[in-house]
Parts: sequence; structure tokens; C-alpha cells
Amino acid sequence: MAATSITAASAGGGGRAHREGPGRGPSRVGAWPVLFIGPLMLGVAVFYYWPIITNLIVSTQRSNAFGGNPTFVGAENYTDLLTSADLPSAIRNTLIYTVLVLLGIPLSLAIAAMIELPGLRLKGLYRSMYFMPYLAMPMAVAQVWKIVFNGDFGLLNQLLKSFGIDSPPYWLVTPGWALLAVAVFGVWASIGFNVIILSSGLKAIPRELYEAASIDGASGWRQFLSITVPLLSPQIFFLTIMTTIGGFQLFDALYAMIGRGNPAEPHTRSLVALFYRQAFQNSAQGQGAAVAVVILLFVAVVTLVQFVGQKKWVHYV
Amino acid sequence: MSERSRTSRISLSRVLRTQRRYWLVHLVLFAGGLVMVFPFVYQLLMSVATDAQVRSVPPTLIPDTLHWENYTEVFTKLPFLRQFGTSVLITVARTAGQLVLASMAGYAFARMPFRGRGPIFGALLLILMVPGQSYLIGQYRIVRDMGLLETPWGIIAPGLFSAFATFLMRQAFMGLPNEMEEAARLDGANQWQIFWRIMLPLVRPSLFAVTITTVLWSWNDLLWPLIVTSREENMPLSVGIATLAGEHSTDYTLMMAASTMAMAPIFLLFFTMQKRVIEGLASSGVKG
Repeated sequence: MAATSITAASAGGGGRAHREGPGRGPSRVGAWPVLFIGPLMLGVAVFYYWPIITNLIVSTQRSNAFGGNPTFVGAENYTDLLTSADLPSAIRNTLIYTVLVLLGIPLSLAIAAMIELPGLRLKGLYRSMYFMPYLAMPMAVAQVWKIVFNGDFGLLNQLLKSFGIDSPPYWLVTPGWALLAVAVFGVWASIGFNVIILSSGLKAIPRELYEAASIDGASGWRQFLSITVPLLSPQIFFLTIMTTIGGFQLFDALYAMIGRGNPAEPHTRSLVALFYRQAFQNSAQGQGAAVAVVILLFVAVVTLVQFVGQKKWVHYV
Repeated sequence: MSERSRTSRISLSRVLRTQRRYWLVHLVLFAGGLVMVFPFVYQLLMSVATDAQVRSVPPTLIPDTLHWENYTEVFTKLPFLRQFGTSVLITVARTAGQLVLASMAGYAFARMPFRGRGPIFGALLLILMVPGQSYLIGQYRIVRDMGLLETPWGIIAPGLFSAFATFLMRQAFMGLPNEMEEAARLDGANQWQIFWRIMLPLVRPSLFAVTITTVLWSWNDLLWPLIVTSREENMPLSVGIATLAGEHSTDYTLMMAASTMAMAPIFLLFFTMQKRVIEGLASSGVKG
């Protein structure tokens, strides 16, 4: 949720007029700003700025399990990481998962567009049904999904068997399927937020546009493509960024659904899971810190690409 | 009177006609909605079943007798009350801390002209672009050096300071008119009084948005509490529940009862003020 922000900054920011008379100089407010901003910035410095610097330093060190006896090893953690098989597989798993959860956006758009149809009854009921998974504690609700995906007695496989599929896979322990199962959970959990954002965008589209289009003889589908999608593009862009960043942060669902000792674990291990493993389970904090830097670069590059790309398709009114 | 009943009859038949035209939409939305809600229903059902029923083929969806003792057993197998208390404490403390710190800073960034305001705000927003893992190791070391590992305060500390909440509050304060502030200043109020008595009550919707996002995020947060705590009795529920999943066997019904109780407070909280929650979340996303 912390990451929610980047795009809020770009999409919502700076819009409103801020009055600041020429006569008001710094002298007028005196020491008040220090009092108002000081506590926050002090905490941010201690718990965010300094830790980021620490991470950079640690990534060039090798130390014992508790961070003691650090010795400078230069880029060794990075070169180790780049030559190990862990990094490419973690990047691949993270990317596959991210692409899969991105598919939740068109699905959410279809749901939101249906819920917001003019005159449709039971909107409130539908909104809350689709919203519920967003509230759920991942750790707690993933336990149900584990049972649903269970190979022996899981509902999914019993359903598949009743449709005549004789030996459905053991979803969560089969390398090829486990990540897909986690992504299904991820999509299910993200639809609620997507629908909220898309619904609020849909409500802001003036009805007259559709009326005018109807008079011109545009079909419902044509109206959706030519009016709804372009006017929703800021929200779609926001969700694309949020989902991508969220996808890169994949950890909770993996931790909850794919336990240690699971044969599918190496085939689902994300960048963040690799980070957690190295920094906090394998006591290789230098390695973990290097993974964190890789994640940082990864997020930066993809976000930059998306922001550059948005000029081509996002229309702000 | 007759005029009114006639129009209402017309609109009722129109409503029915519209809904009939929408039958397919209703069907799709309802079926999809069931998929969304099903895991919760299934969880509730399994929480009062026996382990054998959970593992039965073909499945037993409805347990024949209700085994409420699963719920009481959670309290003996898990330091559930203590973990629940930790979850409440970290959620309340983080939310309160963010509301105070973010609204004060947001107010200053929006309404107090001072030298360096732009760059400082920019520097604050920068931490939003940085993925969480880049500061976890450093945060761990600081919390450890402060002696706060295995304590709720270690879990709470970093989450008191939120660039996102500050950003939301700044946006809210920027949208307020100048007149009341000026009037209060003429009456001799100082900056704190203007902020506390005049401006803060005007941004209630944004305070609510910050509250929702922080409550949700704190209650469900996993990775940071996992790093700070390693003993069962010090964990919040979001981490503690996992300890019920044994290495080789899991008592599913116990897990379902514990999970239900872990999620219940959030669901109760949010369904009692559903409309405002949805509006708050929408406003914390983008303002279209």
C-alpha cells in the first residue's frame, strides 16, 4: 500500500491553485514549519533515508550472521548475484506473475463497466461482493485458497474431475502450475481496488457523450472503445503502474501459499522472496542488500518506461 | 396524489423493463460475485467442520454438526489473544501517528511558505518511488540497535512516518479557501490554533482516507513484522497465523477458525461504514 503513491503524485498532483501572495515571506511563518514538519522529517531520515544508505553500504560488504565483522568486498555481492541462477529465475518468476496479475485490469474494467451501467439495480451488493477480497488479510485468506488448490481433496480438482479431467495437477507443488495458482489468488485479491478506482472514473464520464454517440449511431461496443476507454485512460494508467509495482513486490501470497520445502518453491521464488531469503533467512545481508538494489533499479526502469509510454495513450481531460 | 402514484407506477415498470434488459449482466455479475465471496463462505463453513470433512472426497461443503470448539481451541494452540492485542496496538498506533504527523506536515507543505519547501517535499516524495526492500535491512539494524526487536514498538516505528499520507493531506489542505485562515489570523490565532481548530476539521474526508489505508495496511502487513519478531508470542496475527501451518501437517479447521477471527475486525469495521470506505479509497487513488 505504501507504493500507492507515485502515481497519485503524478496523476492528481499540482492541479489545484495554491495561493501564495508575494507579501508573504519566510519571516511571516517564523519557526512554525520546523515544528510542523520536523517530527515527520526526523522520522523519515532515521527510518527511510538512513536505511537506504545503509543498504547501499551493506551491499558492498560481507559480514557474519548478525551484521558483525563487516569487510568491504566491492562489487562481489553483485557479481555473485549476477552469475548465480537465482537472480534470472527470480526475475522471470516476478515478471510472469506481474504479467498475469495485469490481466486482472481488463477483467476489472469489464466488471466496473457492468456495475456502472445506468439504471442497473443491486449496484451496492455487487460493489461489496467484489470489494471484499481487497480487505482480507493475505495470510489468513490464502489458507482457504491453499485448500481449494489442494491436489487430493481441493474443490478445484474435485470440480475438474467431475468434468471428466481424470488427473488434474497438484497445483501448489507442481513447478509449472504453482505460480499460476498464486497469480489467480493475486488477481482475485486485486479486483476490488481496481473496480473502485475504475468505477469512480466511470461515474465522472458525462452521460451526454454517450447520448450524442447513440444519436450518431455508434454501437455499444464502439462507444466503449471510443468514449469509455480513452476517458478512463488516467485510471487505467494508474492501475497499470500500481499493479506492476505490486507485482514486483510479490511476497505475501508466496509466503502464505508456497511453504518452505515445497518442490515448486524455487520455481515461484520472486525477487522479494529472494531478498528475504538471503537477508533474513540465510544471514547473507550483503547479498540481500544487493538484491534490494536490483529490485530498486528494476522498478525504476519499468516505471520510467511506463511514464514515457503513457504519452502515447493516456488522455488527461 | 393520483398523479404521483401514476408516475411511480410508470417508473416501476420502467425499472423492471431495464432490469429485464440487463438479465445477462445480472447473471454475469452475480456469478462473478459468488466467486469473489466464495472463499470467505467456505472458510466459515470449514471453521466449524472436522478435519476429516475438510479432507473428504467428494467434498462436504456443509458440516453436519457445528464444531464451535475449533474456535476455543485456537486460544490454546496459539497465543491468540496476545497476537490480537499486538495487531490492535500496531494498527492504532500507526494510524494515530500518521494522522498527527502527516496532517501537520501536509498542512505546512500546503500553507506555510518557507525556504526550501519545494525541495524538502520533493525529497519526501522520493521515498515513495523506492521499493520497500531497499530500506528493510537498514530499518532492521536501527530497530535492533534501539533494542526494539521482538517488541510491538519495533513493528510500529517505521510505519508512523508516511510520505503517502503526507501527500494526501497536503493535497487536501491545498484545496481549502484562504478566507477562514485570514479571518482567524486577524482574530489573533497562531499557526497551531489555525491548523487545529479551523483547517483540520475541514479536511475530515482526507483524514478518513488516511485512516482506512493505514488501518488496512497495518492490520494485514506481513514482511516487516516477520522480520522484527521471531517468537510466537511477539507476533501480530498477520504473522502468527502461519505458525499454525505445521511443517508436515496442518490442522485445517483450526487454521480456518483462526483466520476468520483474524479478519473479522476489519470486515466488521468496514461493513459498518462501507460507503465512506469505498469513497475514501477511491479518493486516495486518483482524483479523475
